[in-house]
Amino acid sequence: MAFLELIEGGYGQQFIKGIQFTLVLASASWMLAMVVAIVLAAVRNLGGVWLQRFVTLYVAYHRNVPMLVHVLLWYFGISNLLPLAWQDLALDHGGEVIFAAIAIGLCSSAYFTEDIRSGIRAVATGQTEASRALGFGSVSSMVHIILPQAFRAALPALVNNTVVLFKNTSMAMAIGVAELTYVTKEIENATFLTFPTYATATLFYIGGSLCIMLIGEHIARRLQFRGG
Amino acid sequence: MWDIIQNHYQLLLLGTFPQGPLGGLALTLVLSILGLCISFPLSILLALGRLSKFPPVYYLATTIVYVVRGTPLLMLIFWSYFLLPLLIGNTVNPFVTLLCSLVIYEAAYLSEVVRAGIVALPPGQAEAARALGFGRAKTMIYIVLPQAIYNMLPSIVSQFASLIKETSLGYVISVHELTSAANRLNSELLTKPFEVFAILALTYFLVCSTVTFIAHVLERRIAKRRQGQSITPSRVHRDQIYESQ
Repeated sequence: MAFLELIEGGYGQQFIKGIQFTLVLASASWMLAMVVAIVLAAVRNLGGVWLQRFVTLYVAYHRNVPMLVHVLLWYFGISNLLPLAWQDLALDHGGEVIFAAIAIGLCSSAYFTEDIRSGIRAVATGQTEASRALGFGSVSSMVHIILPQAFRAALPALVNNTVVLFKNTSMAMAIGVAELTYVTKEIENATFLTFPTYATATLFYIGGSLCIMLIGEHIARRLQFRGG
Repeated sequence: MWDIIQNHYQLLLLGTFPQGPLGGLALTLVLSILGLCISFPLSILLALGRLSKFPPVYYLATTIVYVVRGTPLLMLIFWSYFLLPLLIGNTVNPFVTLLCSLVIYEAAYLSEVVRAGIVALPPGQAEAARALGFGRAKTMIYIVLPQAIYNMLPSIVSQFASLIKETSLGYVISVHELTSAANRLNSELLTKPFEVFAILALTYFLVCSTVTFIAHVLERRIAKRRQGQSITPSRVHRDQIYESQ
């Protein structure tokens, strides 16, 4: 079997390295995206006119430019504006992973912001009024009352965009991050075992996406049970 | 930045067109329009399959949609690169490879949009049509689909914006669309990467925000038209449809 040939050739190890990179990249950019999205969604609801306009522009910019272009802009463009010492530092320490994580994270954060925003809109206005009447400030009512409920409403959309983020980590191959897609291409070039190589990678991506969807459904069910 | 646009706008807009093959923004638009036109009929078939009561058709369509939704577009492009020549028995140029993978990818995502539109339509429409003597197929073609697609027009237009963005992956298999053109320009100029890629991002931003704006206008207009009618379809929330980014 061709699959066995892949493993016997020691390519299994390479695959696992690629998978590790993909997972690290995906979780790093997911966390960045989530933190930025929560802050932006809260600012959009609480901030002044100019802050709100900034968030709108931020979301529009990131949603209307392809992720690949974000990755290229960060890696080739913005890195070039940094001080030279930083550039050397990034070059020595695998800067492409950091730039890829920033680009993918910031781009996804725009989608997450929209999801959380529509979640916030789904929470009844009486909730804010009640919490304000009970003495919560505008920030703490957002943090303790509105956001937890907003997440429940936003969950399906957030899960879908997490799946998309996971798949989009493959774009990092364009700047030479050794994640799964890049490794797959390398192994294919070395062995010409095209079918089993691509099949392994594709199965991993599909499996990973399905896992994220299942976890999402599990969380949704638990939240429903508690919330009622 | 301005002088780069002034000196090289032709490469970014048309590629080497009058002398050589079409490229740049024009090729990006050609790719995305062709992609939408071909994937749209396929997506209707997939949506009907997803709603079918005949198990093999249902499972086949569902599997296709889930597999495509779980695979990165880049992997699909590699698969097309490898499988298309085997299927056709001839070498295939990168343009066709990219178009083919875009069609498969978009058909899966669009089918979810079409399906949501069909499901949101009040069942009375189909029942009335059946009562008036329409067959199942005729009900679908003349009554359900036109209304479902009309209601989903905004989502279809915003999928078109996604499609424009997805064509940027042509860069990886060197289709000479906008991103590749910018990359070529970058390696010609060498010293101005930030300016070149900022121009690239701004170009995409302008094109895609125009398309998104059209989607918003359509959405408002359709909502207004539907307001006066006694039968309004249950509103489909945008975030209930799984759109590709």
